[in-house]
Amino acid sequence: MATPQAVIDTSELDQLRIPLRTQLWRLVRKQPLGAAGAFIVIIMSLAAIFANVITSYNPVANDLASMLQSPEANHWMGTDEFGRDILTRVIYGARTALSIGLTAAFLGATGGLVLGVASAYFGGIFDLITQRIVDVLMAFPLIIMALAVVATLGPGAQNVIIAITIPFIPTCARVVRSSALAIREIPYVDAARALGFSHARIILRHMVPNVMAPYLIMLSTFVGQAILLEAVLSYLGMGVQDPTPAWGLMLKGGAEEFLESAPWVSIFPGLAISFAVFGFNLFGDAMRDVLDPKMRRD
Amino acid sequence: MYAYVVKRLFLMIPTLFGAALLVFFLMRLLPGDPCEIRMAGTGQYADPEAIAICQKDLGLDKPRIVQFGGFIGGYFTGDLGVSMWTHQPIAYEIGLRFKLSLQLAIMTTMVAVALALPLGIISAVKQDTWIDYAVRTFSIAGIAIPSFWLGIMIILGLLIVTQAWLGEGWMPPINYVSPFKDPWGNFTQLIWPAVATGYRYSAVATRMTRSAMLEVLREDYIRTARAKGLVEKLIINRHALKNALLPVVTLIAIEFAFLIGGLVVTEQVFNLNGLGKLFVDAVGNQDFTLVQQLVMLVVLIFVATNLVVDVLYAWLDPRIRYA
Repeated sequence: MATPQAVIDTSELDQLRIPLRTQLWRLVRKQPLGAAGAFIVIIMSLAAIFANVITSYNPVANDLASMLQSPEANHWMGTDEFGRDILTRVIYGARTALSIGLTAAFLGATGGLVLGVASAYFGGIFDLITQRIVDVLMAFPLIIMALAVVATLGPGAQNVIIAITIPFIPTCARVVRSSALAIREIPYVDAARALGFSHARIILRHMVPNVMAPYLIMLSTFVGQAILLEAVLSYLGMGVQDPTPAWGLMLKGGAEEFLESAPWVSIFPGLAISFAVFGFNLFGDAMRDVLDPKMRRD
Repeated sequence: MYAYVVKRLFLMIPTLFGAALLVFFLMRLLPGDPCEIRMAGTGQYADPEAIAICQKDLGLDKPRIVQFGGFIGGYFTGDLGVSMWTHQPIAYEIGLRFKLSLQLAIMTTMVAVALALPLGIISAVKQDTWIDYAVRTFSIAGIAIPSFWLGIMIILGLLIVTQAWLGEGWMPPINYVSPFKDPWGNFTQLIWPAVATGYRYSAVATRMTRSAMLEVLREDYIRTARAKGLVEKLIINRHALKNALLPVVTLIAIEFAFLIGGLVVTEQVFNLNGLGKLFVDAVGNQDFTLVQQLVMLVVLIFVATNLVVDVLYAWLDPRIRYA
């Protein structure tokens, strides 16, 4: 049995390792806007997860004794026409916005990823047909497509997710396809095929990991767009239905009616939407800079 | 060039046909029947005979393929069908509101250009100064702020300001007046929704102007112009801006097509009776015939705008030649 001859002293290496805090700090220095975006995203996620801990009010129960109260110590953002605490509804609204935004963005980007990679990999007639369908789908402005889907399926949280997901798929498929086309030409894909690997294995193990950068970039831009789109649909009465706390819904109806007497009803939910989308956009931009130097703007 | 335009016009046909196919079957995916939904919605007892009459009226008793044929055939005979909700011809419903939406779209584009060009140029010229940062923050905010909320805030601001100055709150009028009859009344009505939507569109255009300007300002001919002692103003306006405008014009033209989507929301906020509001109402009433035609109108505008952009491109940049 060989006895260990020399124990490598790693303590010196440990000293060379950059502590996490310094690494984080460097990232903040390099991407200050991205860090600000990440900060907003984290705050929003925490609010969504711990909504019931942060606030003791019920977001859906009416309290007609305290209708339309202006912001004060008990209700920092005032109350709406049913006496519900607006701050509470804004915090719970983060839950609705995030769950719908993340699900729709993930489904849309992943659907596009599969379609885009398959289209580039198989080529030929499959690619041609897929791309013509994508052409047609991309001729619909985002919100028109979403509204047309809602017209068929009817409103409701689940249908909103479907309505937002469908227009995302072609956009992501187009972007992923162009990256995948370049990767398809790299010899290792031919090598994998020569080894007799199945199509599924080549696509999943060899192509998909290499188009992760455009996929993640699309995913992060989609989240902000999805939150905005959900707010628009809910505002139009085609999205999440009352009494679910959703930012867009909070701006519907009551907000305009009481605009003059109770402006806080419409101010705060709109601020929440703006900040959330702002945060995700900054985060997405920073992600683009880090992941893809070629796609860097400005 | 002429041959190119004709070729592109023919290429529009498959896209439009695909869109028509998609929209038609999307509207019929619903498990229920539009007639039943409508009768259930009114709360009346849904009498099978009444449903049959309603189906016959809408042509729903015919096979799908015949219905689709009728839908496509309508474009050749100029018959867009009848709204399921108001029972008025769709062409009439659209014609009633087209002027308002078109005018609003044009005004919104003007607002967006008026904001984006100067801001983008100054941001590029003063790159990495506080002016640049301020402009960039302004444009990032423009993408994040939902235009419908901005619209509500504009109304709120108008109410507060007029309350303080005039003693009573003023809101933009709801009824559309033609700009030829009452230009001022028309302007005070439409400028606010144009600003609410235009700010958002200017944000994208500002970023584009800035990056295009930055790119052009690094070119050799700019250095030459500086070296020969030209006034900076002249360099920016004549040499740089002209070359930077190309991508900006493209972007603005493409955005014009997407503007219709933005108007859907803004018209709702300002209670304007335009195509956007018609679309939302049609979706709410599950008025499939009307939704179908409005979606087709949007797609047509989108495809046509893309063609105009490409032609514009060749016209603006003589180096681009289409075979």
